[in-house]
Amino acid sequence: MKAWLLWGALALPAAAQLAVRGDSVYTMDGPPLRDGVVLIRDGKIERAGAAREVAIPAGYRTLRARVVTPGLIDAHATVGLSGWLNQPHDQEHVDRSAPVQPELRAIDAYDPRERLVEYLRGFGITTVHTGHGPGALVSGQTMVVKTAGRTVEEAVVVPEAMIMVTLGGQGLESGAKAPGTRGKAAAMLRGELIRAQEYAGKREKAEAGKEPARDLRLDVLARVLRGELPLLVTAHKAYDIMTALRLQKEFGFRLVLDGAAESYLVLDAVKAAGVPVIIHPAMLRTWGEAENLSRETAATLKAAGIPLAMQSGFESYVPKTRVVLFEAAIAVKHGLRFEDALAALTIDAARILGVDRRLGSLAAGKDADLALYDGDPFEYATHCTGVVINGQVVSDTPR
Amino acid sequence: MKVWWLGLAACLGLQAQGSSLVFRGARLIPVSGPEVPEGTLVVEGGKIRAAGAASGIQVPPGARVIDVRGKTIMPGLVDTHSHIGAPAGADASAPIQPDVRILDSLNVRAASLQKARSGGLTTVNIMPGSGHLLSGQTLYLKLREGKTVEDLLIQLPGGRVAGGMKMANGTNSRRAAPFPGTRGKSAALVREQFIKAQEYRAKLQQAGEDESKKPPRDLRMEGLVEVLDGQRVVHFHTHRHDDILTVLRLRQEFGFKLVLQHVSDAWLVAPEIARAGVASSLVLLDSPGGKIEAKDINFGNAAALERAGARFGFHTDDSVTDSRLFLRIAALAVRAGCSRQKALEGLTLAGAEMLELQDRIGSLAPGKDADFVILSGDPFSVYTHVEQTWVEGRKVFDRADPKDRLYQTGGYGASHDEADHSELHGEAEAGR
Repeated sequence: MKAWLLWGALALPAAAQLAVRGDSVYTMDGPPLRDGVVLIRDGKIERAGAAREVAIPAGYRTLRARVVTPGLIDAHATVGLSGWLNQPHDQEHVDRSAPVQPELRAIDAYDPRERLVEYLRGFGITTVHTGHGPGALVSGQTMVVKTAGRTVEEAVVVPEAMIMVTLGGQGLESGAKAPGTRGKAAAMLRGELIRAQEYAGKREKAEAGKEPARDLRLDVLARVLRGELPLLVTAHKAYDIMTALRLQKEFGFRLVLDGAAESYLVLDAVKAAGVPVIIHPAMLRTWGEAENLSRETAATLKAAGIPLAMQSGFESYVPKTRVVLFEAAIAVKHGLRFEDALAALTIDAARILGVDRRLGSLAAGKDADLALYDGDPFEYATHCTGVVINGQVVSDTPR
Repeated sequence: MKVWWLGLAACLGLQAQGSSLVFRGARLIPVSGPEVPEGTLVVEGGKIRAAGAASGIQVPPGARVIDVRGKTIMPGLVDTHSHIGAPAGADASAPIQPDVRILDSLNVRAASLQKARSGGLTTVNIMPGSGHLLSGQTLYLKLREGKTVEDLLIQLPGGRVAGGMKMANGTNSRRAAPFPGTRGKSAALVREQFIKAQEYRAKLQQAGEDESKKPPRDLRMEGLVEVLDGQRVVHFHTHRHDDILTVLRLRQEFGFKLVLQHVSDAWLVAPEIARAGVASSLVLLDSPGGKIEAKDINFGNAAALERAGARFGFHTDDSVTDSRLFLRIAALAVRAGCSRQKALEGLTLAGAEMLELQDRIGSLAPGKDADFVILSGDPFSVYTHVEQTWVEGRKVFDRADPKDRLYQTGGYGASHDEADHSELHGEAEAGR
């Protein structure tokens, strides 16, 4: 037994014990540390504190940086499903055979070796909430993964995170296919949720062995109605945001607003509903339904006390993925406070995604995911100099 | 008497430009010379009269002095590749259309122009798209306030209007016939047309002044003859390393003036580009991919060209990247190892050279057009805002003006073109 334990300890990679020392360490678990140290043991945060109080034990490899933050969280992406080359063979984010497909799982479509996953990681992004993207009324599931791991099983944090819904033009079909209008889209969504209510009721009340046959789609929607899976609703126009809030009121599901370009027009309603917002990329192109986006909206939402996270979103052309760090930088340029932006990229995102017990801050016991920078992370010419995931250095090439 | 009247008319017409403006106390980045910590910029008649240390500059009597302490002033930004104003060049009828002019398609009241002003842009090369081997004549514009495209043109000596020619190779121009289906065919079609243009030009030269011997006018050939004669620079969209070399080969054969555009694989063939002595206009994308030809693009292209000794600058390709964040493109180049000076040149003087306008724009030098930007801080900091943009001595953007600020930050109505339906509707009602 003892020998087995010893063997287990030795099997851990040599760099498992790590100390990261930074001129500024933003733990997001208390005020920033000036000359701080983070000790990492067996993939977890052991302790974070001022260098004068935290001695680095012998045998720990020490990394140094000007600025240290928790690994960044991209709160909504399609990376790993919507691939680098943008050819039919590497685009897995929307299936167009039917408008409502909540049963499509992200884990069955994610390529952990996708080049853009590695690309994002190089800038300090250690976790992405990715999966089926906007572009169909209900396009499928999302999941939370680390940006390291050879298989999705190694990478995954939450295999089924949210159900992706698109309201507004992007979620509509062309020709005679439904939904062709906003009214139809809302009617279809209500119809599906009511069917799921009835299905769940029948299965609960039925005698053993006499339950209605399992329906993958309704199984998932029943979990939405039970509050186990939030709906992630992409809506840019103010009236589409109101539709999302209206449906949430009717069915009581957990709602996360996504995109929300015109949320500044209906700020009171969003706040009253108590829903978090994963704001559109600050550099999203001002086209179509996002044409009225303001780069100040992140700051506006934060000032209103609305829970806020950041995203890279989905891009159909170039750049194939946005970098959430760069998007946050532009929000900071337009009035979001430095530490609020950092919170939106770390602890606040972790809370919205329901992973804050494991991720989002450098608190003892949490996963040792860290990003190291040679200056203000939001500055254009600052480099990410190191990335640690689960206590392993996964990148040390300055980017 | 006649002369006196003329003089008066000139004074009245140029009142705003006639009096001197003095910007005092800002850090000056002339680009063509060393930075001045607290400098003075004197503007007169739409031109820069002086720029430098306060001690060496006499403030003209009666000048309006503007205190810009704490600010940074640099030359107006020159964007060598943009699609603002909804330009529409060649149509789907043929792959090579040198007769088509962007001049005839532009909406200068588009919100995209005001957004570009809010990003500090003062000169832009507006181009047709890349879905053709040759998609038409580009237009170099000054972003003056104006209601018609004529208000924004750059007139050249001899009555021509400044502009280049847009060409492309690679995948964008590959379509069903009559478009090419392969790279080999693309180059063959281009060579065929250039050879025709050479023959057309030879006939014109042989005819001399004899009108009866001239070939019938051919607008397509005339466009290509302007290219062969060096009156139009070719702006050649090209991504992949071998496509870049194909462009250099065509230039070798036909001798046209050339700016390589995009040049995503520049880092792979930087020595070849340097040896050819050709300038590159780069766009930097936040990630690689999105299209196969851009799979290897990276922030290091500028640094690679700099190391090889090649000339380069930057462009927005708006709306591929946003004119309001043009400074950011150069800052990302610095992130990947480009020198600060070359990055600054790449936004200004290098672009001016690519448009052959370096005698008029691109630096804060006496005698040049008074095109400049007032920044709140360092040009390469994310925290810096463009506060004001000036074109030929007139302010065209002011962040302190809420209407202007809307274009810079975005918000409700910021993307509505000035001549949108509501306004047209109003005009129609007024006419009833």
